[in-house]
Amino acid sequence: MVNEVCFKNIDKDKAWKLDVYQSTGGYNVLKKILQEKTDPATIIDELKTSVLRGRGGAGFPTGLKWSFMRRDDPGQKYIVCNSDEGEPGTCKDRDILRYNPHALIEGMIIAGYTIGASVGYNYIRGEFWQPYERCEEAIEEARAAGLLGKNIFGSGFDFELHSHLGAGAYICGEETALLESIEGKKGQPRFKPPFPASYGLYGKPTTINNTESLASVPEILSRGGQWFLDIGKPNNGGSKLFSVSGHVNKPGNFEVPMGMPFSELLEMAGGVRHGRRLKAVIPGGSSVPILPGEIMMDTNMDYDSITEAGSLLGSGAVIIMDDLTCMVSVLANLSHFYMSESCGQCTPCREGTGWLSRVVHRIEHGEGRMEDLDMLFDVAVKMGGNYYEREGGRTICALGDAASMPVLSFLKHFRKEFEYHIEHKKCMVARY
Amino acid sequence: MSDASTVTIEIDGKTLEVKAGVMLIDIADDANIDIPRFCYHRHLTIAANCRMCLVDVENAPKPLPACATPVMDGMKVHTKSARAIAAQKATMEFLLINHPLDCPICDQGGECELQDVAMAYGGDVSRYTEGKRVVKDKDIGPLISTDLTRCIHCTRCIRFGEEIAGLRELGATGRGENMQIGTYIEHAVSSELSGNVIDLCPVGALTAKPSRYSARAWELNQYPSIAAHDCIGSHLSVHTFRSDTNRIVPIENSEINECWLSDRDRFSYKGLTSRDRLLKPMIKMDGQWRETDWQTALEKTFAAMQDTIRNYGADQIGVLASPNSTLEELYLLKKLTSNIDCFNFDHRLRQLDFSHQDQAPMIPTLGSSITDLESLDSVLLIGSNISKEQPMLGIRLRKAQKKGAKICQINHRVYDLRMPCEVGIAAHYRNLVLELAAVAKALNIDSSLLPHAANTLFVQAQILEKHSQIAEILKNGEKSHVILGNQAISSPYYSLVEIFARAIATSCNCLFGYLTDGANATGAWLTGAIPHRDYNGASQKTAGLNAQSMLEQPRNLYLLHNIEIDYDCADPVTALSAVASSDFVVCMTPYVSSDMQNYADILLPISPYLETSGTFINIEGRVQTFAGASKLKNSEARPAWKIIRVLGNYFDIDGFEFNSSKEILEEIERTIGEFKGDNTATITEATALADKEDVIYRCSEVNMYHSDSIVRRSEPLQNTPEAKEDRIHINADLAKKLNLERATQVLVKHGNKTIAMHLAIDDTVANDCAWTSFATATSKKLGPMYGVIELEAD
Repeated sequence: MVNEVCFKNIDKDKAWKLDVYQSTGGYNVLKKILQEKTDPATIIDELKTSVLRGRGGAGFPTGLKWSFMRRDDPGQKYIVCNSDEGEPGTCKDRDILRYNPHALIEGMIIAGYTIGASVGYNYIRGEFWQPYERCEEAIEEARAAGLLGKNIFGSGFDFELHSHLGAGAYICGEETALLESIEGKKGQPRFKPPFPASYGLYGKPTTINNTESLASVPEILSRGGQWFLDIGKPNNGGSKLFSVSGHVNKPGNFEVPMGMPFSELLEMAGGVRHGRRLKAVIPGGSSVPILPGEIMMDTNMDYDSITEAGSLLGSGAVIIMDDLTCMVSVLANLSHFYMSESCGQCTPCREGTGWLSRVVHRIEHGEGRMEDLDMLFDVAVKMGGNYYEREGGRTICALGDAASMPVLSFLKHFRKEFEYHIEHKKCMVARY
Repeated sequence: MSDASTVTIEIDGKTLEVKAGVMLIDIADDANIDIPRFCYHRHLTIAANCRMCLVDVENAPKPLPACATPVMDGMKVHTKSARAIAAQKATMEFLLINHPLDCPICDQGGECELQDVAMAYGGDVSRYTEGKRVVKDKDIGPLISTDLTRCIHCTRCIRFGEEIAGLRELGATGRGENMQIGTYIEHAVSSELSGNVIDLCPVGALTAKPSRYSARAWELNQYPSIAAHDCIGSHLSVHTFRSDTNRIVPIENSEINECWLSDRDRFSYKGLTSRDRLLKPMIKMDGQWRETDWQTALEKTFAAMQDTIRNYGADQIGVLASPNSTLEELYLLKKLTSNIDCFNFDHRLRQLDFSHQDQAPMIPTLGSSITDLESLDSVLLIGSNISKEQPMLGIRLRKAQKKGAKICQINHRVYDLRMPCEVGIAAHYRNLVLELAAVAKALNIDSSLLPHAANTLFVQAQILEKHSQIAEILKNGEKSHVILGNQAISSPYYSLVEIFARAIATSCNCLFGYLTDGANATGAWLTGAIPHRDYNGASQKTAGLNAQSMLEQPRNLYLLHNIEIDYDCADPVTALSAVASSDFVVCMTPYVSSDMQNYADILLPISPYLETSGTFINIEGRVQTFAGASKLKNSEARPAWKIIRVLGNYFDIDGFEFNSSKEILEEIERTIGEFKGDNTATITEATALADKEDVIYRCSEVNMYHSDSIVRRSEPLQNTPEAKEDRIHINADLAKKLNLERATQVLVKHGNKTIAMHLAIDDTVANDCAWTSFATATSKKLGPMYGVIELEAD
């Protein structure tokens, strides 16, 4: 059951072309929906059955999200696709944009039909120049074929889609900062409520979904929600793209059923590089807690299992580290990232990310003090809440939480390495 | 018992019945429960970024910001629980790690929100041992100092610009801890309201440049007063150090200025300590100025006046007073002049057309309250740059506009009112009348009610789309307002403008009102500081000469109260030559200038605003009394009412036995009693419109930082780009016609004066119109505010 949904055509020549997409039934489900004027409620029910959970990282059920939009309210509404894929380790959406843009387009048109939006925006990460061009080509193809524009399939339904290239800020992957960015403003998250479903892009009701979520929709509707659910396991429907990176022999994107044991996924990625011991895994992108290798080896790759193991599935970016990895150095790298990417709006994150980064950097360079470790933990909790006690962060968006989780988890699982660094002013592990 | 609109919540064990949906912090404030905050401000939108107001809400997974959490039924909130305090202390620690410990040299020290809150929530020793952030300061003009290292990024200043001032000048650039407040490309901020960010800034990042480092907050005495530079009368607090005014801040007053103040009202006080201050009475003897004592000076004044009366008659005395004079001063001047049978007394210094003065309402008013402007649906501004002339009203109209009001303007230039304008018509002063006639015609008014001069124009008027648009907007508004601004009142065709404006207002059932020059024009009308009426609009036995005629037909003696004739009159050239040709000029003035030394014979130093007590009546008709606050060292200046009182005594006039301005006010209240403030009038007298000619019409706007003698001497205000605006503006069409497209300097010929001026090509200016800023050093060399001029390349 690999490559069943978003990567269905991945092995085909010029998989991104309209004719290739249509050769495997592409746009049929859209045609059916529009011509039969399927009740949007039916579509939402089907998605709820499938238990498709948001693939951007939060795992919020897509069907439920769509049901928040009051499609019959007057005025403009928008569907926005979040292709800002900035989470370190994640590269799945890039491949959807490159190899299967039509699935995304079809998904967005269906979403537009369902929530009553006649305009969609695809916000593409600034560095994704080739994917952007592929999308633009695909949009042109779709427009030429009458799949976008006025009166699609003679149904009276109009839908226009625009690509919007970002400018390189991680924070614009946060959905409301993304909206600000489309509006031409500085990318800063908005305070919620109001939520985008009532006050979104240009102040209009807006639904924002991840690329993978939207690109999965046509296949789900064409083969049925139950089929999708059955690929995975209850409450964790479908297959999921995992971007496996780090110390593995064959890094890459793998579309596999939810609930697959981690060990199998690791095997698919060719196992740990040079046959070394698996030391640690960040299972869902840099923002989720790190887990020691032995815990991961007993865990399955789905939302609930990973949560139970003490981390999050997140965006599905699986970062593998072997036993030559210095955990202090990894945290220094991650903390530096969050310091650079904090938008600066909320006090705890603006000040806290820099504080954490500087202290970890100091420890990494042999200038740490033992009391720094408790302080790091405390500062991380005061900025981003305590993941281990289920307490949320103190900021408008989750970047504060995201910056704090690595610190908390590294200290929880690898405190000894930090202590060693402080005491001996050098790494516990040998350098390459 | 809660209905749908009220909910019951509990804060710190106190059960409160409150309106649903209101933010927690407002509820707590009303209930006197203290929640610390930095970014939250009642008059600004919610940002929720400082995180200082985090409180503990039962069943919430994390502490919630009180400023952005709407109350819900049954909510139980703890603002002092261990969880709340821990969250607040955590935020405080984050705020302080990069904040410099420079309170001893920070101007905000002692009145700093961060300092205050840190006393309660900060730790004694910092755990942060890394290097602190340093941010380069930016020069944003002569009014505001920046110490951006102290900034805590609350964004109040940014939101103020966007939401209140209508001008986005300050913004945040950079991400994370590199976020900085600034203007992007460094330049002086130009908003007329910029000083308010000083009050808004919770730390010492934005402080007042003119007063910084001069005193500590706790060394200052505070005196309430009333602003004296526009017809609004903002409430302000004068902070004095020893006897000098150290700074001025607003006093909150929801009906007038809310918590804001214009830069002019905030920084004009710097003019009080100008080197131009007249410290002692002075007499010119044999062409030489000599200091003298008060008795000699007043006796001389009295003798000169008596001489004139004896030799030429009282009619040869001309009395001109500033519209910034207090009610008491004007009342006494009227009492003095009418008792000596002199009726040449006027305050309308910047007016040119007086033809309909007999039909004017008793006092000019706005026609509504200031707060009511917020609820308008449509507004037509005629001859008004309201945002600069009356910045507080600009704020109110901006609020109305945000709620959907449609703003229209007919001006010499389409002004940037800092808000979107539905229809903007630019017309020079002659065409402005025709534009109004066209709007009246589009409204299909009954032209038989118009006087003849107006009727002819009405018949000729061509209705274009813009006229119909304005007509529709005014008609469709449930609450509309037609406002005649300062420039309409100064127009050579003021009478025609008013006739059409009134006709438009009547036809659309709109409110109608005026915006007058100075702080007390309303009071001046009421006390009879006009040549044709007595107190309270009562008729008097004869009418004297108006301000303009008094100068066109030079008098033998002039008594000038608180004015500089070459800046404060509509026609500076005529005014100067009038006083130059007269026998005797008495200047009651806080300042002396070299021109004044040339034309005056006696200089009597008077206490300017802030140093004297008195009363202003604002444009709503609101009577506001204030006391003196500061005093200039080594100055013998006296309150003007005392000087006039002594003159009254010399003339042996009954009822001049006042011992305080309060006694005068009491007499005014007795004499005048209740006054009515409605603007109702039927205007039939009008100045006929001159024939159209192929000429250039000069139109002027009083430069907001040159509006009166105090403002003109405030150094910080004079250093703003706005004060230095001294170019002649013409649009590209006219420049092309005159072959001036590449010219930067032109020769301007007005009457028999020719001067060189810098040229600005500006397409907001009307066709065939040259717009200049007025009351500046350049404009005083030219003819009247309005008139036909010639332009050629220099």
